Amino acid sequence: MELLGKTNIDFIGKRNISFVVSSIIAMLGIVGIIQISRGAANMGIDFSGGTSMQLKFAKPIALADARTALHKHGIARVDLQEIKEGNKLLVKIDKNAGATVGKSADAVKTSFTSEFAGNPFVVESTTEIGPSIGDKLRKDTLVAVVISLLGIILYIAWRFDLKFGIGAIVATIHDCLAMFAVFYLFNKEVNLLFITAVLTIAGYSLTDTVVVFDRIRENLHKNLKGAMQTIFNKSINEVLSRTIVTSFTVFLAAASLFLFGGEVIHDFSFALLIGVLVGTYSSVFVASPIVVLLENRALAKHGDKA
Amino acid sequence: MPKGIGWRIGLIGIFILLSFLYLTPTLVSKLPSWWSGLLPKDKIHLGLDLQGGTYLVLEVDTQKAVEGTLDIVATDLEDTLTSKNLHFKRIGRTGSDRVTLVLYEKGTADTAQKLLKDKYPTYEQSPLHDEGGFVALDLLMNEKDVQDRKDKAVQQALETIRNRIDQFGVSEPVIQREGIDHIVVQLPGIKDPQRAIELIGRTARLEFKMVREDTQPSAATIPDDAEILKEKSVDPATGAVSEMPFVVQKKSLITGDLLTDAQVRIDSQFNQPYVAIEFNSLGAKLFDQVTAANVGKRFAIVLDNNVYSAPVIRERISGGSAQISGNFTEKTASDLAIVLRAGALPAPVKIIQNVTVGPSLGQDSINKGLMAGLIGVLLVVAFMTIYYKLSGIVANMGMVLNVIYLMGALAALGATLTLPGIAAIVLLIGMSVDSNVLIFERIREELKLGKSPKAALDAGYDKAFLTIVDSHITTLITAAVLFQFGTGPVKGFAVSLSLGVIINLFTSLIGTKVTFDLFLNKGTVKKLSI
Repeated sequence: MELLGKTNIDFIGKRNISFVVSSIIAMLGIVGIIQISRGAANMGIDFSGGTSMQLKFAKPIALADARTALHKHGIARVDLQEIKEGNKLLVKIDKNAGATVGKSADAVKTSFTSEFAGNPFVVESTTEIGPSIGDKLRKDTLVAVVISLLGIILYIAWRFDLKFGIGAIVATIHDCLAMFAVFYLFNKEVNLLFITAVLTIAGYSLTDTVVVFDRIRENLHKNLKGAMQTIFNKSINEVLSRTIVTSFTVFLAAASLFLFGGEVIHDFSFALLIGVLVGTYSSVFVASPIVVLLENRALAKHGDKA
Repeated sequence: MPKGIGWRIGLIGIFILLSFLYLTPTLVSKLPSWWSGLLPKDKIHLGLDLQGGTYLVLEVDTQKAVEGTLDIVATDLEDTLTSKNLHFKRIGRTGSDRVTLVLYEKGTADTAQKLLKDKYPTYEQSPLHDEGGFVALDLLMNEKDVQDRKDKAVQQALETIRNRIDQFGVSEPVIQREGIDHIVVQLPGIKDPQRAIELIGRTARLEFKMVREDTQPSAATIPDDAEILKEKSVDPATGAVSEMPFVVQKKSLITGDLLTDAQVRIDSQFNQPYVAIEFNSLGAKLFDQVTAANVGKRFAIVLDNNVYSAPVIRERISGGSAQISGNFTEKTASDLAIVLRAGALPAPVKIIQNVTVGPSLGQDSINKGLMAGLIGVLLVVAFMTIYYKLSGIVANMGMVLNVIYLMGALAALGATLTLPGIAAIVLLIGMSVDSNVLIFERIREELKLGKSPKAALDAGYDKAFLTIVDSHITTLITAAVLFQFGTGPVKGFAVSLSLGVIINLFTSLIGTKVTFDLFLNKGTVKKLSI
């Protein structure tokens, strides 16, 4: 079976549109990262410090009631979220609201026990993170992201050349920013698992880029006649079906995680889904056009001298 | 038969065998008796997020350990100078790095300097200086000793916590040092996490101090050498907490490190649990002396600066046993006995991270993870079979091989499987067919150029080879970084991902290739089903 026959789409020619779209996405991502680091977006407690609990009640519970109950017991700054399936409630408490590690969780338990006597609950999970750990994790994560990106740049620059390396890394950063942008827009929690997803995609999204680059290099070596743009377009079209199929199989796996993997990794698999989609887009519409731009510029310089 | 089919099949077979060999302890609930010797016993451990349990990071307040050592030095100097008839105004710790001696005259100061040099040769001495008309002298701990003390404090804390957990009874706990002053404690499958946390976090510094009857707790000023400590009691009927202050001597007469044993006993009269303690010979002697000298007076039993009880000494107590009573339940009494037996922490610890997952959520995660995995496999298998027909089935076999090898490798390494780890495996199901997709697409191209199936196959594998290696290495780079920096669940993800990527290289480049070679080698194949 073949999904796509021979295609002849002018991908590079549409670079103006794709650059505008990608710039907007990237800007949103940057805004998201700034907001997150300012603490203005939804940052997970693993980075900010604080307490998060997952409770399972016997009967459905209204968010408003839960909030009132907590306020009554002096827990003011609290973030509540309902998980529809199984009367579950997620409680997130800012590090500044409770005193020390160990106290907030107890306070939440006490207030719910006394306010909802007729609706018993069990604590399914508790996570309490002191501020010092949060700081350490933030630093470690930053180092991890920088080292990963550096490693990738070096590898691609070594395997191809610098222009391809730049194209690949811009596409990779674009993918990461897009994930941040989506999470920021949907106000989803940015936590350690999200960063894990981002780094995974940073590595994986290169698969498609490498496939396209390999073909471009092969065709450049064949000394095909025609402009850079034609060779690039031809190459992308030649490998288009495998770009789509490889992403599709991973998309299938990520989608089953998203739909059936349970609430703990729901956001994580959502991030992976976004990443796979954006990664496919960027290998065609971001990485290759950038290399064309760089190649053309190099050619023009060469031409001036000649 | 082309070269190498034999050894390639052999290699694949050996790896399958090895995988199942290593997986046996994981899959079989009880190993047969003949399973011994060199056969693997390690199994895939479930992470705390899957089996439920508590993960704690403790920070040892190492500065307090240094201060504690300096306090001991100060007390020791007081005793030494007194016994040598050297008069001093004050000896005590100032700040966190020195003991200050304030003496009346220069003569004694000179003697003291010599004495200090002999007694504490590793300490540094400040020159004599004037302090409000008296002669003062500082004794400083040098930087290396401070670091040593801090290091030892963390080590001691770790041992003590291990002792406590062992006595509390948790199966397969993990207690390890992390960084300079952090201790990581993992308690899988623990039923009562709150109780365990309290047990671990308690300093458990037991002291016996004389109650100062000459000063009322309500007095405006209390003497320099005394302090106010409180006894907390909870009314069993109302649950109200009341506090009773005591003025006690700052200096403790006997401390908890002189104990040899602590046991829970039940008071036959009130049916109330108490903790019976036994002193070692030095402790017994001290206790005997103290009680003999203070009959009729009260002493306070102080644990972590809380007064537990303040009984009146009715008679001299020799024999070296005593009891601690208070408002104990059986559980609190038994926990107290555990911490007293295991000894005090050399410095207070603070819990800076606590992740507790209940067993029900863990089981739920396992079920859902497996479900997602199964559905993921079915979707990918169906797609590959429809899209690449027979070749797709070969790719699917490669994927199954991949999963078997990965599980085997995880078992062989005794790795911990976390929920993100399961997610990584599911993701790998999608990724592992990718290499074959690249190869198949290339083969299709070569076939379109009019090559024979055999030639197209070889060209497909050859030309896709570098692309596959490149794409795997970039994933491996990030997986390795995640492994280095990740903790807990994230580390589990990184382990599964990196192993999976490496194994995938093998199965896609050798595993599926050999299957094609086998079929094409018969020479009857005119057309590739791709």
